[in-house]
Amino acid sequence: MKTIIDQILEKPHVGASSLTSKDFKPDVDVRWCAGCGAISVLSPAQRLMPDLGIPKEKIVFVSGIGCSGRFPYYMDTYGFHGIHGRALPIASGLKIARPDLSVWVVTGDGDNMSIGGNHFIHACRRNVDMNVLMFNNEVYSLTKGQYSPTSHRGQITKSSPLGALDDPFNPVALALGASATFVARGHDKDRTQLQQLLLKAHQHKGFSFVEIYTNCRIFNDGAFDLYTNGETREDHTVWLEHGKPLVFGKKKDKGIKLDGFTPIIIELREGGQSINDVLVHNEKDSTLAFILANMTYSETLPRPMGVLQNLERSSYEERVVEQIQHEVETKGIGNLESLLLGGSYWEVR
Amino acid sequence: MDKIIEHLEEVTVRFAGDSGDGMQLIGTQFSDTAGFAGNEVNTFPDYPSEIRAPEGTLYGVSAFQVHFGTKNIHTSGDFVDVLVAMNAASLKVNLPHVREQGLLILNTEGFDDRNLKLAGYAGNPLTDNTLSKYTVVPVEMNKELKKAFIEVDVPSKLVQKTRNIFALGITYWLFNRPLEATVSWINKKFKGKEDVILANVHALQGGWNFADKNPDFRKQFIIDKSQLPPGKYRSITGNQAVALGLVVAATKAKLPLFLGSYPITPATDILHAISGYKKYGVKHLQAEDEIAGIASAIGAAFGGSLAVTTTSGPGLSLKSEAIGLAIMTELPLIIVDVQRAGPSTGLPTKTEQSDLMQAMYGRHGEAPMPVLAAASAADCFEMTLEAARIALKYMTPVMLLSDGYIGQASEPWRIPELDKLPEIAPRFAEDAATFKPYLRNPDTLSRLWAIPGMQGMEHRIGGLEKEDGSGVVSHDPMNHQKMVELRQKKVDGIANDIPELEIIGEQQGDLLLLSWGSTFGAAKTAFEHLTAQGHTLSFAHLRYLNPFPKNLGDVLNHFDRVVIPELNLGQLKNLIQARYMKRIMGINKVQGKPFKSIELEEKLRVLINMRDIKKWPANKKVDLPVDL
Repeated sequence: MKTIIDQILEKPHVGASSLTSKDFKPDVDVRWCAGCGAISVLSPAQRLMPDLGIPKEKIVFVSGIGCSGRFPYYMDTYGFHGIHGRALPIASGLKIARPDLSVWVVTGDGDNMSIGGNHFIHACRRNVDMNVLMFNNEVYSLTKGQYSPTSHRGQITKSSPLGALDDPFNPVALALGASATFVARGHDKDRTQLQQLLLKAHQHKGFSFVEIYTNCRIFNDGAFDLYTNGETREDHTVWLEHGKPLVFGKKKDKGIKLDGFTPIIIELREGGQSINDVLVHNEKDSTLAFILANMTYSETLPRPMGVLQNLERSSYEERVVEQIQHEVETKGIGNLESLLLGGSYWEVR
Repeated sequence: MDKIIEHLEEVTVRFAGDSGDGMQLIGTQFSDTAGFAGNEVNTFPDYPSEIRAPEGTLYGVSAFQVHFGTKNIHTSGDFVDVLVAMNAASLKVNLPHVREQGLLILNTEGFDDRNLKLAGYAGNPLTDNTLSKYTVVPVEMNKELKKAFIEVDVPSKLVQKTRNIFALGITYWLFNRPLEATVSWINKKFKGKEDVILANVHALQGGWNFADKNPDFRKQFIIDKSQLPPGKYRSITGNQAVALGLVVAATKAKLPLFLGSYPITPATDILHAISGYKKYGVKHLQAEDEIAGIASAIGAAFGGSLAVTTTSGPGLSLKSEAIGLAIMTELPLIIVDVQRAGPSTGLPTKTEQSDLMQAMYGRHGEAPMPVLAAASAADCFEMTLEAARIALKYMTPVMLLSDGYIGQASEPWRIPELDKLPEIAPRFAEDAATFKPYLRNPDTLSRLWAIPGMQGMEHRIGGLEKEDGSGVVSHDPMNHQKMVELRQKKVDGIANDIPELEIIGEQQGDLLLLSWGSTFGAAKTAFEHLTAQGHTLSFAHLRYLNPFPKNLGDVLNHFDRVVIPELNLGQLKNLIQARYMKRIMGINKVQGKPFKSIELEEKLRVLINMRDIKKWPANKKVDLPVDL
């Protein structure tokens, strides 16, 4: 049966090639606080969209609740601002029903790790093709400053005046544990790098998870300073790039080496260990991805940034379509009249 | 010995055994055959929530009741005329349903010491006088089954599995039923497994032959054909009817169908059915929880699907917040609630009508939505089409109430001709230049549907209050007042687009019996019996609960007294009292079981005889019992 949707999709989409970032800025004020990390994600996203070559009416941003939830209002595409924690199932239903769309989810550490935690792990394993940008500011901001599932133990917030007692999730490790195929981490202070990550997430077919450190100036200012500040970040983060050695440090004089399954820091200097001793990143290796993800809360190791894992696996909505096609090919297109008749019927004359 | 032939107008047969005895299967076959033979039929599956409870226990008893006859079969039958019991426990549990002098076909092999002990019988009811008021036919089921296979080469393992079919054969003899419907079902079901087909067909015939030759079976009953409108018929449960209704509605609306659901008794059969409809292009997601079920459906609705979520009470509670989102975003969505006995986990496999208040008001904020209730298994089809029509025309979520009784009970359904069903036309936005997401059709007050892919209509919607027309987020106080009122007015206005309430019997007078949902069958039967006995009362049935039919107020005013039977403590009664300021009497039952028509008949007879409260004081406190 040809549906109305099919007819709508048949209409030619014009002008996709001539779009600029301006076309993605709607005529509304951005109401995030000045200096909010979210703003630093908005502009790379708006800049990236024209590069995708997708008509903007085919792009949908879906969000949940929290500061991140406002994101769709600031993108002149189709957008859906859902309810707390439910952005992923809303986006999943949309993408399964409409595989032709480019679906983006914007969520936060509270929305996605706490109230939406169940949806998150299932979305990871289901592998619906969508890009999830999780703004992690390690605090509940829209409710004005309570500790979140990514707050560190001891964090002082309005609801933990004596320090939070729980240990945080490590979002990338959680995603890997739940079988997400694409897992990456970026931050709000390097927009070029971030735009690159978003592009990679888009290019990956299946569920793409990008954790983005976003600074909350009001309730958790400077939480990521060590990893994002130009002065310190080179020494405290390591940028992961497929096929490249894990070298870091201001002078690029340090590297990560595996001692068994344990990553250790080695100094690169003449006569000592060389670049050849350094671990080379392989984003297709899921064992390695776990090892790298677990460097996150280490006190001595640099924090891994970039793409931790990028695996190819068929996406859920593809399988749905394949199953339908297979049924139609082997049994023929369903005949509604015979469906109504069912297994056995009788006739009254 | 010659058999006695007796003609009957209607009969109720109940098959009972252990959960694993295949009683649901033979009950279904028996009812299909009754339909095939031209009778009106209504069934009631009564099974435990345990999957395979320990054999022989009282709580493991599974039963299937079939009420069939020549006319006016609206319920699954008040009292059982014939009980087939496979063991002592199933006799014990089901004997209270059997009328005096009823026929008991008992598998005596299920009455050994162990079975008797498990059933809590001190003596053996087969030999003491427990069953003196009944006609008992003892059958050594396994032994007779084996005898029937003496000359047939079938492995004994297969033979043992056909014991239920043998029992079915006995009942087919009893009512002189044709075997062909079941034989053709066996052939289809076990296609390619010739020995299984042979075993089952032979067991069916064996049961028939056994009864035919057995002197204990003296009487054979004939039930004449019903006068039914011509057409093709099939047996259908409410859950099947919903599933079919959804596929047909999507086809009529030329929309893809999407179901987001999470398994829950007694609604899961809808998910089962839809998940098998892949070749009709249907998509479904078995979600990680109830919330994801509805959330995915909302996402699909945003993308232009006819979106549905199916559930039962506990699931409906979980979906409340998301329903509010669908109301706020004004997206079409069908929520099917197959009600069960609550609160909390309650009686998961048993029926109740106690989600009405939740369906009406179970959301935060002013969150009106249309609520429909199917009257019977077959009516589930039509009401599903109605739910889709209203959802798409008015851009609103619609709640369709069914319940465990009609969801799982079956009755014959006249299969509609597709091209005679009304078209359903969703209204999509067309003009990008003038499009705004919350501009409304002045007649229906519904907003236009613009879906991703439509160029120039990119827009953002969500749970935040929107400015009228533009759909821009707005916290303006007066705008909120306006939007709340608009959403209410939109739903209220649907009253102009649904049939008026029809009164059966006198159009005005003393007493109106008003039913809703699955109580239709029992109420209608009680009404027919009482009027046949010369009593005067009128009957009306509500299928639209929000909004109510616009003549409901007038109808209520035309009667001195109105009584509402419902499987809750008076939820519709309270709604109607509050809305129309008229005192209503309730007949309420919360036992996990549907009304028997006799229960309603008896209480209505009391009311009819209570002349002194005939003039019901509308605004005075009444000492007489308001609920019966």
